[in-house]
Amino acid sequence: MSAITPDLVEAHQLTPDEYRRIVEILGREPTYTELGIFSVMWSEHCSYKSSRLHLRKLPTRGPHVLQGPGENAGVIDIGDGWAIAFKIESHNHPSFIEPFQGAATGVGGILRDIFTMGARPIAVLDALRFGPLDDPEAGARNRRILEGVVSGIAHYGNCFGVPTVGGETVFDPCYNGNPLVNVLALGVFRHDEIFYARASGVGNPVIYVGAKTGRDGIHGASMASAEFTEESKQKRPNVQVGDPFLEKLLLEACLEAMKTGAIVGIQDMGAAGLTCSTCEMGSRAGTGIEIDLQYVPQRETGMTPYEIMLSESQERMLLVAEKGREEEVAQVFRKWGLDAVTIGFVTGDGLLRVKDHGALVAEIPTRALAEDAPVYDRPYTKPYRRARMDWPEPAAADVQADLVALVTSGDLCSKRWIWEQYDYMVRTNTLRGPGADAAVIRIKETGTSIAVSLDGNERYCYLDPREGVRLVVAECCRNLSAVGAHPVAATNNLNFGNPERPEIMGQLVETIEGMAEACRFFETPITGGNVSLYNETLGEPVRPSPVIGIVGLMKTGPVTPTEFPRPGLAVVLVGGLGFSDWRRFGGTQYAKVILKALWGLPPALDMDYEKRVQAAVREIVRAGWAASSHDLSGGGLGVALAFTMGLWNIGAEGQLLMGALAASWLALAGPALPPAAAVPVLGLLGAAGGALWALGPALLRAYVGVSEIISTLMLNYVAALWVDYLVFGAWADPAAFSFPYSRPFPEGMRFPLLVGEIHLGALLALGLAALLAWGLRRTRWGFEVRAIGAGAEAAHAAGVAVRRYVLAVMAVSGALAGLAGVGEVAGVVHRLQQGLSPGYGFSAIIVAWMAGLHPWAVVAVAVLFAGLLNGGFVIQTAGVPAAIAAMLQALILFFVLAGEVAVRRRRRHRLLASSAAGGA
Amino acid sequence: MKFGVVVFPGSNCDHDAWYAVVHNLGHTAEFVWHEASSLGDVDAVILPGGFSYGDYLRSGAIAKFSPVMAAVRRFAAEGGLVLGICNGFQILVESGLLPGALIRNRGLKFICRQVSVRLETADSPFTNAGRRGEILRIPVAHGEGCYVADERTLDELEAEDRVAFRYVENVNGSLRSIAGILNRERNILGMMPHPERASDPLMGSTDGLVVFRSMVAALALNR
Repeated sequence: MSAITPDLVEAHQLTPDEYRRIVEILGREPTYTELGIFSVMWSEHCSYKSSRLHLRKLPTRGPHVLQGPGENAGVIDIGDGWAIAFKIESHNHPSFIEPFQGAATGVGGILRDIFTMGARPIAVLDALRFGPLDDPEAGARNRRILEGVVSGIAHYGNCFGVPTVGGETVFDPCYNGNPLVNVLALGVFRHDEIFYARASGVGNPVIYVGAKTGRDGIHGASMASAEFTEESKQKRPNVQVGDPFLEKLLLEACLEAMKTGAIVGIQDMGAAGLTCSTCEMGSRAGTGIEIDLQYVPQRETGMTPYEIMLSESQERMLLVAEKGREEEVAQVFRKWGLDAVTIGFVTGDGLLRVKDHGALVAEIPTRALAEDAPVYDRPYTKPYRRARMDWPEPAAADVQADLVALVTSGDLCSKRWIWEQYDYMVRTNTLRGPGADAAVIRIKETGTSIAVSLDGNERYCYLDPREGVRLVVAECCRNLSAVGAHPVAATNNLNFGNPERPEIMGQLVETIEGMAEACRFFETPITGGNVSLYNETLGEPVRPSPVIGIVGLMKTGPVTPTEFPRPGLAVVLVGGLGFSDWRRFGGTQYAKVILKALWGLPPALDMDYEKRVQAAVREIVRAGWAASSHDLSGGGLGVALAFTMGLWNIGAEGQLLMGALAASWLALAGPALPPAAAVPVLGLLGAAGGALWALGPALLRAYVGVSEIISTLMLNYVAALWVDYLVFGAWADPAAFSFPYSRPFPEGMRFPLLVGEIHLGALLALGLAALLAWGLRRTRWGFEVRAIGAGAEAAHAAGVAVRRYVLAVMAVSGALAGLAGVGEVAGVVHRLQQGLSPGYGFSAIIVAWMAGLHPWAVVAVAVLFAGLLNGGFVIQTAGVPAAIAAMLQALILFFVLAGEVAVRRRRRHRLLASSAAGGA
Repeated sequence: MKFGVVVFPGSNCDHDAWYAVVHNLGHTAEFVWHEASSLGDVDAVILPGGFSYGDYLRSGAIAKFSPVMAAVRRFAAEGGLVLGICNGFQILVESGLLPGALIRNRGLKFICRQVSVRLETADSPFTNAGRRGEILRIPVAHGEGCYVADERTLDELEAEDRVAFRYVENVNGSLRSIAGILNRERNILGMMPHPERASDPLMGSTDGLVVFRSMVAALALNR
């Protein structure tokens, strides 16, 4: 046995003080094995020695709480004699070193925490944080870590058979050297089926079940309690290897064994393995445990007691059975093909006694290990923060381009490619899966469903940890309210840097206090959680990253969707825009994505107002008045709106230009046509150009699910650039003094004028409006189109081939826009030119909406708007800015909407409106 | 009718299939343990989705050696209805009860998605309640669902009207977009989409019930 030197103590990450205390407790020098046992049990990861003092400030009781912090998971009552166990765990450090296995075993660990209590896991959510994928230096590594983590989660969860129903993925340079992988799991069971991790009943056998013990993961807990250095990548053997199939067997066997009634207490072997489970079970029951390591099933030969005690091999459990009923338990495990071996028994002396072939290798009071770990009141100062309070000059805003940049940014873009790798439907309870505000899981055994939201915001929390975490709690509750669920309890994962630095400790303390305050206010007591410190690489800490998971209850039924189900519904912003100024804009996604800056303070939060907004939204949603609802958070209102639309062709601008372009080709470069054919062919070709331009996005939408909002919008710019390219180049008019004009159309290629400046196009438009009005009202085609508009899913169920209609409708609307383009070039300007359309395509959207999407009304509104626009140009000559016309347009739109809202409010009982749940 | 749902170690859609039969269809179901040497008095048997025996080696490759598969073979030989869903389909193919093989998805990633499949023949005990050409919304969730077979087998499947379902959008690269096939005697169906996940209105689609209802109708006819 090696002698205990100060170097050895330091290598175990124990301070000289802590070592003195160990000697004091034992009354002698520890053995090598004992030193190892103390080092893991007193590590930050297992003992919470830096945070414990402050965690006491958290509210932990509430009407729904059956079990608060301290057990393997928190438990809440959901009525009818049923309960939910849930908890979150981090697996940050292992996921950095070996992403696939690190993340996989993270899922495995938290699942064991849940079924250890007797609950069957019903859902998993994960909060992931990575460095940016396009980071110039760490990008490649970040991509590898992201890929590995996602497939690790998928591998474990899918095989185990638990749906991964939600979560979030955020990218920030502060995670370049420290990705975060936080996994939340929930399980369901009856009140009278709860099992605790207690070794009670002196003389009862201690039984080891599950996988055999190997050398993997030794000192994983201590690794998770230190900063990363260059050598960390050498720590690969510290990461465990997971086997989800074995865990699935362990789950079924444990639940079945629990039903025999022979099990007294049970605990999984997670961090610190056999050490942690033995001393914690003893400590909780006030008993001791004696085991002999020769009976521990081992998959490698020559393992020392030190290695066996510290191994973190996965898929293992320790249970205490009633004396004399060992065989009953063993039988169940044999049925599932698993080891179940009695390795010791419960004693009354409060000591953890470890023998190896009868020889004593460790003897330590269980309480000293589990409960008497040092508790530090670490010094703390003002939170670490380098962001400035003043702000950069706001950039000249191109709202459209910025919005596109936002919705396509890493944090806000669709994460479908990630969550489609997770089986989010297995167990057939997922009423609402990933990609929405909150996940909703039905509990088949009762009429209740569970809503879960998992959120964090490291930017807010960095600017002001206390305020930031309150915003996170509020957002969680808001997400639940958006589906009509009532928030009842919370769990949390605190991811921070090195707590020995006072300014990091300051972040932690402020966060815990802010969280306590918000959870008390929103009546969501904390039932458990996890603290992950030392998330630093080479002295660079992650931003304070508290991740909060909140569980809400609701009645089982159809869940109000996030997306707008059909056009023509009013959009209601609940809660108003709230107080804000430029200083409080510094933590927003806009600041991050567009300005690439971070400054000032997080958005202001009025918790009282927030709570009332949420209550109102819950009531609206529960009453069934909302056709959809979505909370406003990252990216604000603009992004929320973009994501809630159904099928929106906002590419009319581009289709118009392509129609004009096609017509121009015929007029300028095409074959000569007989005069009678020229105008019709011109129109047809233009319509075809517009239709083709619309068809691309339509095909992408119908077959690949690409959002047509983005693709049509982007194609607008492509179309405009094509026009530019041609009028500056091939078709440029040599006589135009390098103005961006094409050569003029020959006489025969122009639309004839009817009266004054009104050309054939006007007549054509009227004719088409009539045709469309008739078609939509009177034909089967029109009926089915309207059915799809009213709800694509329902229409599909009724046998309508939705996809074909998506293509057809997009093509028709593209053709109409193209025709408008022909009208513009052949009827008005008689040439192709840059800036041909001053936003006609966009005006068209406003016109269509104001007209309630009815073709005849569109004609009337269009005439009105045309008058307005042209009136604007005329009054300009009188010295009044033409912009007044645009303002008038906006005002009209505003009043029309307000009127719409008022009318609908009066008609409450009809199915109402889409609501957007707003707030801070 | 009484459905037997086989439980292999690692099956994880066994409860879902049971629930669909009992609660959504209104018939009875019971679990059959993988070590059972007989299926008892069941009228039809379901091999559910999951990762039988961890799907080590190859999906379904170990399950084919389990005792219960001998019983399933006998049951099928006597004309009993056998429905293999997802992992169940993989097991049927590995067992040689259905031709071809299921390999990694073309995209190499697990994919969980609500997809459209076209019912290709109403002439089977699993599809008689539907109509040919009908589009059904049924989810898929698999990593190894790409159906492959040699040209002759594929031609044969088509000539004998044994392709039961095709993907409208080919999500996994299956040859000729095949999502489900029948054996020559038409009493065994293997399909990658999960009809049990499309049996409850709350789950967004009840199109999967077509399969179960067809089975009930076929069984009633034979009684």
